[in-house]
Amino acid sequence: MTEVDITSKTMDGIGPHGVKVGLLRVLGPAHVWALGVGIVLVGEYMGWNFAVGKGGAYAALIACWFAGILYSCVAMIDSEVTSTVASAGGQYTQAKHIVGPLMAFNVGLYLVFAYTMLEAANAITAGYLVSVVATMTGHQGDLNQRPFIILVIMFLAWLNYRGVLATLTFNLVITAFAFTAILILFLSTSGIIGAGIMDHAALFEGHELPYGWIGILASLHFGLWFYLGIEGTTQAAEEVRSPARALPFGTLAGIMTLLIAATLTWYVCSGVLPWEFLGDGVNGSVAPLFDTARLSGSTGLVWLLGFGTLFATLASANGCINDASRAWFAMGRDKYLPGWFGAVHPKYRTPYRAIVFLVPIALIFALGAPLDQVITFSILSGLLGYTFMPLNIIMFRKKWPLNSIKRGYEHPFHPLPAIMLLTLCGVTFFAVFLGYGTQLVAMIGFYIVVSLWFHFWRYRFVNRGAQFTMPWPKPQGY
Amino acid sequence: MDLWNWIEYGAWALSAAFGLHMVLDWLRTDSAYPEDVLTSSREGELEAMAEEHKVKS
Repeated sequence: MTEVDITSKTMDGIGPHGVKVGLLRVLGPAHVWALGVGIVLVGEYMGWNFAVGKGGAYAALIACWFAGILYSCVAMIDSEVTSTVASAGGQYTQAKHIVGPLMAFNVGLYLVFAYTMLEAANAITAGYLVSVVATMTGHQGDLNQRPFIILVIMFLAWLNYRGVLATLTFNLVITAFAFTAILILFLSTSGIIGAGIMDHAALFEGHELPYGWIGILASLHFGLWFYLGIEGTTQAAEEVRSPARALPFGTLAGIMTLLIAATLTWYVCSGVLPWEFLGDGVNGSVAPLFDTARLSGSTGLVWLLGFGTLFATLASANGCINDASRAWFAMGRDKYLPGWFGAVHPKYRTPYRAIVFLVPIALIFALGAPLDQVITFSILSGLLGYTFMPLNIIMFRKKWPLNSIKRGYEHPFHPLPAIMLLTLCGVTFFAVFLGYGTQLVAMIGFYIVVSLWFHFWRYRFVNRGAQFTMPWPKPQGY
Repeated sequence: MDLWNWIEYGAWALSAAFGLHMVLDWLRTDSAYPEDVLTSSREGELEAMAEEHKVKS
């Protein structure tokens, strides 16, 4: 045991147990932060403003903070469980150890679908951004966006294939750039540096809550955009040098960053853009931060926020490839899916088959499905995952109380965050049902069908004896 | 043809290059190593060695 060096490629503690290749433990808290914030930050650059269209600017702010509470609970719960169940697969592995195989199978699929569809949505957006740049630089006619959509997916998959350290270091740089761009826009437009251009009072007058309280309820669904994906930090669990330190640190720093970024984004955009324009994300403001920069009249800000938008999109797609492939890999390793997917590249130490397998699936969604449907299915899969989390933490604390196993982080006020998260998920489901009832029913129907398939067919292949790997005592009551 | 048409062709070419590199390396790796080595990763190996969980009686 003394010969173990977790940063070494040959003596990282994997060999002595007869395992020849495993994922490489090279990441630190900053990479965890970059993975979580990187996936999410694109939601600040575009998408959240549909909440303004549903209920006005104040409704969007309420949705922003409502979702902020929801995701703070997610971050705290995830930090505790993942710093204890530190393995690839994230919530899938948590469900496997704490709830049971059928829940784990479903959660694994939620993760893969949510991330792969979000990756596709990001690639579509990147293609659109390139076409906007082409038009701005004098290109005549419509640019073919397909080669750029495919290039985004291919390049980022290739980067992920080649190694996790380079992948998440790349994410760290472009995510930090995108976050800094929001800070600079706030400083430049609010009057702290130079003359301010904000006029909240005039823009809000007579439009405080244009659709009343029902507008607030309808806008809650889009409040998720500000934070959707922060739970992705858990997928790095098997590749961080110190899971007990890096995962809680990176995840909680990530949610704090996003709370700041979300509030600043709302403040800047709602103070410059009229709510009717801001709230129409299709024919009005597609990229609100970029539009705010354009109204500022500063060429520097336009370029800064233009690159910020593109980088946020790329960081999100990059993190999604990382997370979807880890979930798929972990399910393959346990034979929940064919064991062939549980392979690790002996040189790059990445789940290379899972990465390559998911590329054509992302391409099909990116090239063949409408953006709003792709985004909706991604959100619904994420929401089903959030509903699992409070049940998971309640069972975790009950089966393994605080003094029974070592935890990297213990979240405060249990079970209050779990109850709050469950309640907020219920409210959000209702809000989603109001706008996307058909998709919600179709999605739940899909998961019921695959659950039946898993129960009656696939479960016989699961590696049951080897799937519970944590050196924990027996759960209380068993 | 303007610059953007050439950039389009460049994007197609780069996409093909990245895809081809991944597929070729994948095939080369699969043929160079036995399957039991490639799929020998196990969950929780490091934790089993590095962590010590003490149960309070």
